[in-house]
Amino acid sequence: MSAFNAIGENVERDRNEYTPGLEPQPTWCPGCGDFGVLKALKGAAAELGLSPEEMLVVTGIGCSGKLNSYFDSYGFHTIHGRSLPIARAAKLANPGLTVVAAGGDGDGYGIGGNHFMHSARENHDMTYIVFNNEIFGLTKGQTSPTSPKGHKSKTQPHGSAKQPLRPLSMSLNAGASYVARTAAVNPNQAKDIIVEAIEHDGFSHIDFLTQCPTWNKDAKQYVPYIDINDSEDYDIDISDRKSAADMMYETEDALNEGTVLTGRYYHDEERPSYQQEKQNIGEMPEEPLAERYFDEDYEWERSYDMFLDKHK
Amino acid sequence: MTDDELIWRIAGGSGDGIASTSQNFAKALMRSGLHVFTHRHYPSRIRGGHTYTEIRASADPVKSRGDGYNFLLALGDSFARNPQENAYYGNEEVKPLSENLDELREGGVIVYDSGLLDTSEIEDFDERVEENGWHVYDIDLRTMAREHGREVMRNTAGVGVTCAIAGIDTEWIENLMRDAMPEKILDPNLEILQAAYDLVQEEYDVDAPDISVPEGEHDEEQVLLSGSDAIAYGALDEGCRFIAGYPMTPWTEVFTIMSQNLPEVGGISEQVEDEIAAAALAIGASHAGTKAMSGSSGGGFALMSEPLGLAEMTETPVVLVEAMRAGPSTGMPTKPEQGDLEHVLYTSQGDSHRVVFAPAGAEEAYHQTRKAFQIAYEYQIPSIVLYDQKNGGELQNVPASVFDEEPNGDIGSVISEEDLADAPHDPSGKYNRFQYEGENGVSQRSIPGQKGGRYLATGNEHMPAGHIAEDPDNRVYQVNRRMEKLEAIRAELDDGEVPNNTQYGPEDAEYGIMTFGSQQGTVEEAVDRLNDDGHSVKALGVSEMAPYPVEQVSEFLESVDECLVVEMNASAQFRGLTQKEIGKYGEKLSSLLKYNGNPFEPEEITEGFVTSIVEGEELPTHETKFVPAASD
Ligand SMILES: Cc1ncc(C[n+]2csc(CCOP(=O)(O)OP(=O)(O)O)c2C)c(N)n1
Ligand code: SF4
Repeated sequence: MSAFNAIGENVERDRNEYTPGLEPQPTWCPGCGDFGVLKALKGAAAELGLSPEEMLVVTGIGCSGKLNSYFDSYGFHTIHGRSLPIARAAKLANPGLTVVAAGGDGDGYGIGGNHFMHSARENHDMTYIVFNNEIFGLTKGQTSPTSPKGHKSKTQPHGSAKQPLRPLSMSLNAGASYVARTAAVNPNQAKDIIVEAIEHDGFSHIDFLTQCPTWNKDAKQYVPYIDINDSEDYDIDISDRKSAADMMYETEDALNEGTVLTGRYYHDEERPSYQQEKQNIGEMPEEPLAERYFDEDYEWERSYDMFLDKHK
Repeated sequence: MTDDELIWRIAGGSGDGIASTSQNFAKALMRSGLHVFTHRHYPSRIRGGHTYTEIRASADPVKSRGDGYNFLLALGDSFARNPQENAYYGNEEVKPLSENLDELREGGVIVYDSGLLDTSEIEDFDERVEENGWHVYDIDLRTMAREHGREVMRNTAGVGVTCAIAGIDTEWIENLMRDAMPEKILDPNLEILQAAYDLVQEEYDVDAPDISVPEGEHDEEQVLLSGSDAIAYGALDEGCRFIAGYPMTPWTEVFTIMSQNLPEVGGISEQVEDEIAAAALAIGASHAGTKAMSGSSGGGFALMSEPLGLAEMTETPVVLVEAMRAGPSTGMPTKPEQGDLEHVLYTSQGDSHRVVFAPAGAEEAYHQTRKAFQIAYEYQIPSIVLYDQKNGGELQNVPASVFDEEPNGDIGSVISEEDLADAPHDPSGKYNRFQYEGENGVSQRSIPGQKGGRYLATGNEHMPAGHIAEDPDNRVYQVNRRMEKLEAIRAELDDGEVPNNTQYGPEDAEYGIMTFGSQQGTVEEAVDRLNDDGHSVKALGVSEMAPYPVEQVSEFLESVDECLVVEMNASAQFRGLTQKEIGKYGEKLSSLLKYNGNPFEPEEITEGFVTSIVEGEELPTHETKFVPAASD
């Protein structure tokens, strides 16, 4: 019998199963886009029938980092920017877990940028949701890596001199095998995308546009969005890198001009996940590593038998 | 100085195979029945630049590199790039000879490769030879190697010459070569070994050897290994199957050994983007139910400060190893120092706590690494193995039976699924994973995937089920509970099950010498010599830095009139820690410090003791402080 009985125990579920009972009530401001992410994630988990106890939701710091306080599963609220390295190790240690990492644009594209690039590059089998509200929320409205050029804040009183970062292009170039953008204003599209991302065997990056009514009143995130996969104006092959790259570039420019394009941009179903690659070269056990510590019959090997001969 | 020992120094350029040759030679000497101890000195560059390794071999157990040496094999720096006129610091090519003369004992032997080295470039060489009664063998090792094989096999020729001069049976070397070398290079090497041996036999009078190697016998099987090996094997035996790291000298050795062995035992090794990620991965793997470790050296450990605090706050067990080298910043990458003690003790924000072990030699490193895992997993707290470039790199023979211990796959204080069903949950349905009650402050954790175990782990202060909270009463409960662990840990370490805080020398000695970590063996050797010279001294090698063994150290200090504290840093960090923890006996303590990039030799400690304690004079620390390393 497995030590982790919740894993694989998937039955039909209601989204309310992921609501943590009486407490705690979200501390997000009224109208915050983060509610949309929470709703979409609950919908996706229910649709997939995931047991709350086989899910591990790992977050960073920020308003966005509170996601797993209001989503009832196993959770790890880590430190600013570090959700990804923690999440990917948990997945390596126990591949049976459904691992979702989440955080803000400051958290994921700023302080955690290095981890973002490398997690995408390695193509870990996990889903990464970035709440992109183009602002630092929790520290009260400073300019973030995705804030538009000229954006004024208390720490950039003359307006930012920096180009905003291109998160979609960045993750594609770094090596993510699933890249999408969605928006809190439509949790239905968001839910579908999260479902697809969790099902995808590889690193799925979702740039999730969220509005921050408190600090970023003129963000485009309020604007009704266009779904590029549904619209006749766009013809894109999401299995093709080049096509995805062109579309992402256009999308990122369009956002700066105030037009919100969302949808699936890239889905590479061929590329093996990192876990698979590691197994192929013999550096990752077939059975979940974590199981071993709970298996009373497992025979632990001694260095005395294994390693010491070469020292004799 | 004793004559019943061989201290063989092989010198050359980095990349000339000094390390591998000396390792094999040391093993051959060990197999012949001797006790060996090696010391490595190398520059922070890849190819070229003066490097040497010393092997001390004796019939009696050896605990340090000793003082000076009595046999020099100078191979020449084949990668030397600086001609004398432009050289910033002397002629590099002859350094393997010129740089090593200061510490060569009177009557010692010099073998140099006349194919690469020209003694006329060394000022006063002949006078110094004359003065010191050195025996010089100029042998064209390079040509010999070329004739029978390849030039790089000069090493083997040098070993052959050594065997002939010192009367060592080449069979030990041959057997090792047969084990280690592929056929293609084995034959020429064997040929070179023999040719070199014969040449000395024929051309020199070896019946009256200038130096003879002692004979010895071990009463049980020995293995030759370094502190890094011992740390890695300790971790593996303790069931650690996950490591994440980023290379940094000298921690890289542990990381490499683990990475090479983990796939064999179904474990996972990850080289990641930086040290913040490395520590975070270890935490993630541990959270998901494995035994995990990470580590680095000073600069990389600085980046781990943040995940270290997270591990404490979320009560995620993790073991970090910290291999000290001279700092600050990148400092001297390949030189030992004990300057990261305070860094490791106090880094990370808030009232943060961790357990810190500082093992002395390979044997302690093995046991204490195992203990570090046991404590981390039992008490859900980060524990750190603090060592340095010296004990990480030096090889020592240890009885093989030391490692003949049961492996341990116990994951510590984790609740089972059956128990979860009856365990207290909060109204949200979450398991009260951080409940206030719990023996020794430990509250059992659940592992993601376990039924009925959902909780939130967070670096923020939290309620029993993990919900973030700033409730003042809860805050006090949680802080107290986390701190309660420390007392229990101290009690567990005091139970004497694992070798630690070793006292050495006559129980009733008048004076004491205290040290920590890698200097312990050298201090013990100094204590023996002082007592032989009629002084009354004992030593205490402290190997647990936090929680500090207050009782043991107090007893020791109570029992002596005065105590010299020996450590490799400039700000007396260990002495400072002792005074802070004990709060008395400060007037009994004086410091002997060294931080020029080389570890202490026993004689420096005996001299320091006599000057400071016996003669009551101010220690000439400025000498230790400001004289540059003899060969650097
Ligand atoms: C190392 C570190 N630096 C700074 C902070 C302070 N901090 C907390 S949240 C935050 C910004 C969060 O912005 P973002 O990631 O965009 O998330 P949001 O709050 O907008 O959801 C910062 C800088 C911190 N907690 N840790
Ligand atoms: S500050 Fe902005 S991001 Fe944070 S909760 Fe309020 S609206 Fe949401």
